[in-house]
Amino acid sequence: MTNKSISAIFAETAEPRLATPGMNRATIFFLIVTVVGLSCGVLSFIFGHHIIYNNTREMPWGMLISTYAFWAITSTGLCIYAAMSHVFGGTRMGIISNRMVWMSIICIMGAFATIGVEIASPHRMLIYNIISPNPTSNIWWMGTLYGMAVGCMIIEFAGIVTGLARIALILGVFGAIAEVLANSCLGGVFATLPARPYWYGAQLPIYFLTAAFLSGAAATILFNVLAYKIRGEKMSHAVHLGVKSAGKAMTLVLILYAVATFWRLVSFYVGGPELGRTAADALISGPLSINFWVIEVCVGLLIPIILIILSRLENVNMMAFAGFLVLVGQFVARYDLVVAGQIVPQNLGWDGLPPFFNYVPSIFEFGVIAGGIGVVAFGFLMGERVFGKTFTQKEHH
Amino acid sequence: MNIEDLEKEKNEGIENLPLLERRKFLQMGLTVTGVFLGGSVLSLTSVSHASDQNTDPEMDIPTDDQYPYPIHYGMVMRQNRCIDCERCVEACKQTNHVPDGHGAYRTAIQERLTTENGSEKREFRPVLCNHCNRPPCVRVCPTKATYKDPETGIVVMDYKKCIGCKTCMAACPYNARYFNHEKYAIDKCNFCIDTRLAEGKKETACTAACPAKVRIFGDLKDKSTEIYHLLHTPDTKIWVLRPDTGALPNVFYMNA
Repeated sequence: MTNKSISAIFAETAEPRLATPGMNRATIFFLIVTVVGLSCGVLSFIFGHHIIYNNTREMPWGMLISTYAFWAITSTGLCIYAAMSHVFGGTRMGIISNRMVWMSIICIMGAFATIGVEIASPHRMLIYNIISPNPTSNIWWMGTLYGMAVGCMIIEFAGIVTGLARIALILGVFGAIAEVLANSCLGGVFATLPARPYWYGAQLPIYFLTAAFLSGAAATILFNVLAYKIRGEKMSHAVHLGVKSAGKAMTLVLILYAVATFWRLVSFYVGGPELGRTAADALISGPLSINFWVIEVCVGLLIPIILIILSRLENVNMMAFAGFLVLVGQFVARYDLVVAGQIVPQNLGWDGLPPFFNYVPSIFEFGVIAGGIGVVAFGFLMGERVFGKTFTQKEHH
Repeated sequence: MNIEDLEKEKNEGIENLPLLERRKFLQMGLTVTGVFLGGSVLSLTSVSHASDQNTDPEMDIPTDDQYPYPIHYGMVMRQNRCIDCERCVEACKQTNHVPDGHGAYRTAIQERLTTENGSEKREFRPVLCNHCNRPPCVRVCPTKATYKDPETGIVVMDYKKCIGCKTCMAACPYNARYFNHEKYAIDKCNFCIDTRLAEGKKETACTAACPAKVRIFGDLKDKSTEIYHLLHTPDTKIWVLRPDTGALPNVFYMNA
């Protein structure tokens, strides 16, 4: 146990080299993006969610829910890889795991910021989640487990920063378990709704976990490469090996994810309810088809695989770009999943309804998305600035 | 399961059934589910242990104490009587203070054109919350803001607990829920439990307002009620909406 003062701790962890004018400008820029973006969400509390967001009775969930899922899933992935490296060793990602823990916390903050303005009355949630819990509700478990996960990870990170390795290790394991369970419940939120055949089924929670491994690996590559870019330094050999491991993991999971996506869609065309098939049509040939074929398949799956092959897992810049494209693909994949589940009218055939509802996110919804990106980017830069040495200290050992 | 296709099947009637089978079948009433192509009850799903006529009838015939609720409210829609006058919609709106706009309604009349023997036919279908026995909305609510009333089985809201996550809206197979922007909570039909039943009235506002007697509301358990009589009349084709979701709805449709 150390008795170091907080300022002494920060003096050891901070990276003053990063306090350059350019970095400061970037940090302030993303802070402004965060404030302005999330203000769009705050407007919903003033003018009403029904005014600010383009959700309807028929399509109650939109881009804010999908973006929440995207950040939460990415957080889970980062947390799992970090915990596996911490606990089992054996992977070369151990050296970059401190940064992954930090970014896992930051990504879940991005998720919380997004869902915080999506829920109509979050103040009621704070009260009634505790005094009136519903144990059959996936939403309740998901919120509770993500809350526990972030609590564990914050203590874990404090342990890392202060050198309390044992606490960090134990809390890291608990955090990762909570993240996996929370991720599973997030999948369960959708997977247990028989009213929505496009979501309903046992595959979805596993699909979400696969997405977590994919997004987590992509984020690991991207943030580590960026961390060295902003330092203007070449990556050390050990860190390079860690990033390479993440690249291998990303390639493997890309293949698993592509297979899962293929069979998931095929399953709707071999039988089952018409609602599910029509929803799949939305992706294959309907209003979400450009999203699906261009962004999900080409940008998010095929091009990253080609880039990874071309990079031979040596060219980190190319790998980072592949990671970025994977994240773009995953972001759109979450959007398509959430929208496709509701886009087909449940009473199709009545009231002259078209086969697909028309949902376009409002400008305020885009604002909140920007705010979430701002949270993650600001958190990343602040992390490097304040804890930069913690992220790189293992290199010097 | 496509009800429309099944309806086109030739109804063989129940008269060809052996007497014992027939008696069992009629007794089953509310427990019959799925499709009995040789008979007339298409789908009737109100209890969770429901099964078809081929299983042990002792298991399937509900006795009074097998109904989940002391008073088990439900509604029958005699669909072909509906003329789309929408007095039910208006009565509901007035009685339950349903706000204007933003998709707010508790009950609605759906409409479609069908072709029958070469001529076009306009069809109307009244819809509302089905007060399911296995309600997906109740299961998913994180704060128990929506729940089954233990006395009546009606799915009700406790507005102060609603966090507005809208999961119940996503979970409902019947599009029966809406965001009440005045209450700033999710809202839905509650069979007028607070506005009429609490005052001793026996009917919901929509039922009372219907000039064509489309809607029959009552206690499914009470043998003296019209709803009980309708649901247990032999040779009546009865169906529910989206039986595939397993929600076990308590709103039944028939043409009568």
